[in-house]
Amino acid sequence: MFYKLLTDGRGQLANDQFDSLHFFLYLPVTAKITLEYMTKKGLKIVVLAKQVPDTRNVGKDAMKADGTVNRAALPAIFNPEDLNALEQALRLKDRYPGTTVTILTMGPGRAADIIREGMYRGADCGVLLTDRKFAGSDTLATSYALSQAVKKIQPDLVIAGRQAIDGDTAQVGPQVAEKLGWPQVTYAESILSFENEEMTIKRRLEHGIEVVAGKLPMVITVTASAPEARPRNAKHLMKFKHARTVTELQEQTSDYYMELQSREYLRIPEWGVADVDADVEQLGLSGSPTKVKKIDNVVFAAKEAKRLSSEDTDIEWLIKELMANHTIG
Amino acid sequence: MNNIFVYCEIENGKVADVSLELLTKGRNLADQLGCQLEALAIGHNLKGIEAELGQYGADVVHVADDARLAPYRTLPHTTLIKAVFEVEKPQIALFGASSVGRDLGPRVSSLLHSGLTADCTSLEIGSHTENKTGKVYDKLLYQIRPAFGGNIIATIINPDHRPQMATVREGVMKKEVIANAKPAQVKTIDVNKFLTDADEAIRIIEREIEERKIDIKGAPIIVAGGYGVGSKENFALLHELAQVLGGEVGASRAAVDAGFAEHARQIGQTGVTVRPKLYIACGISGQIQHTAGMEQSAMIISINNDPAAPINQIADYAITGDVSEIIPKLIKYYKKNSK
Repeated sequence: MFYKLLTDGRGQLANDQFDSLHFFLYLPVTAKITLEYMTKKGLKIVVLAKQVPDTRNVGKDAMKADGTVNRAALPAIFNPEDLNALEQALRLKDRYPGTTVTILTMGPGRAADIIREGMYRGADCGVLLTDRKFAGSDTLATSYALSQAVKKIQPDLVIAGRQAIDGDTAQVGPQVAEKLGWPQVTYAESILSFENEEMTIKRRLEHGIEVVAGKLPMVITVTASAPEARPRNAKHLMKFKHARTVTELQEQTSDYYMELQSREYLRIPEWGVADVDADVEQLGLSGSPTKVKKIDNVVFAAKEAKRLSSEDTDIEWLIKELMANHTIG
Repeated sequence: MNNIFVYCEIENGKVADVSLELLTKGRNLADQLGCQLEALAIGHNLKGIEAELGQYGADVVHVADDARLAPYRTLPHTTLIKAVFEVEKPQIALFGASSVGRDLGPRVSSLLHSGLTADCTSLEIGSHTENKTGKVYDKLLYQIRPAFGGNIIATIINPDHRPQMATVREGVMKKEVIANAKPAQVKTIDVNKFLTDADEAIRIIEREIEERKIDIKGAPIIVAGGYGVGSKENFALLHELAQVLGGEVGASRAAVDAGFAEHARQIGQTGVTVRPKLYIACGISGQIQHTAGMEQSAMIISINNDPAAPINQIADYAITGDVSEIIPKLIKYYKKNSK
């Protein structure tokens, strides 16, 4: 039986998505499942990721007159919970050889940075959904665009971070699921098992935990309490450091890049509205039911704190003061 | 028709605080708009729920009572809400910004193609004039929320789509029993007419929900710790001080992430919003994500090694020094001076 497994596995060896080390490591435990999914070439997983402005450093010039965000004015990072989502996908890839992980992100050209970042950590490839017509989309229009791209990729499973730090809405995961007509499992902390085509997932809720199960396809959103993403891997970094979108390649004139262009795995596809067969009316500002009416900047009220030291006299004075004004007592 | 709807979260037959808070807010909005307030109670063994919901201002409650509906699962609840909303056409629909409401709200909004604003901190009624067309909208719901890690406050409107949907975090609104309340009028939802096998796609295998024991929201005094407290052992000092003062222990997200405190103690944008009469911030730098959840405290004392910590900008008293040194002194002098 093991021999059969190995021959089934050989087909996978041709492409380097096959991870022979993990294959042997997990063989005794997951032999049955492995067999089942070897024949299906593993799972096809899409990880939804967002490049977000680092909201700890929002300057005054970060907003445009129409109330939308001027992302160009902010440092951009991989949304933290999307990294947790990526890790869950990579763990499935470790367990089920032949599994592929595709990073799907929507944003401007520079969002290709997070696709590369994902590839350095173990993702196989990525797609950049980029088009001026996507600009100004609220969560609903964003979810529509992403769901159209997911339909084109046709994965078995979509995993996303629960929410992005720039909006904190936690809406895109459930809305993508609804647009696809798939069930959703939000607040996931870990994917416990995948057997008989059924995913078992542990959810972390405010007041406890819940374990749920369901058949694929589905959308899972992952919380920050899930394991952190693995770091970059030197091998992947060497392999993908020259991965470029078509637009990025066009900016390069050297022969070196022309040669790289011939290597398929270094090309990051860019999809626009037409590529995902999207209805323009459902995108951007026109496709967004919510409108930003007003933006107010938060300003800390200038108030002088009374400064105290850790000396006993200061502490006793404070306690007496608090008792005198009945704050404690 | 065109009333305000509040989705009520129910766990073991008990309506969640956040839902009661939304009913109080919904009552206030309904009075301003001159419409009715309707509640959605979807669960199992809900007999008599109309009395409690009526106390918080609901005129009508739509009840779906079936074993398949408890505990909460996304798909059956979504299906029933859609069925009710398609007939009733609410102008406003409110959900708690909890793990239930934040799972359900987006799914419903996508299904109905209506906008949803997450984690509102304030809801008001106002008008709007569209700049391009000059079209005037009267009596819109202003959905006011922090964004960008709390660095901005955005007012979101939903001019052309109904319902106008919003989620609100627990503790942000106040719940209030109304005088001379009547039980809400019950309208029964025919569950079997709407639920299908497709709604059963996700099964619950195991569930461990703790009764809320930690109540930082209702505590008059909160001793909160941040990452600067340094360890779980040092957090024990905070518990000691809280016990002596008759308060509760809170924590910043960084402290919770570091494992110093339970998630139920988290204060800030992704945790609970509190407004105690005394807030003692220990080793908390004062990231806006945290201060958004506590800045309305009547009095704030900060204890921090760093005299320039941002928390000191909103503090009434700023003690510079080490948490592990200062807290025992606070306990000592409190005991000495209290009779």
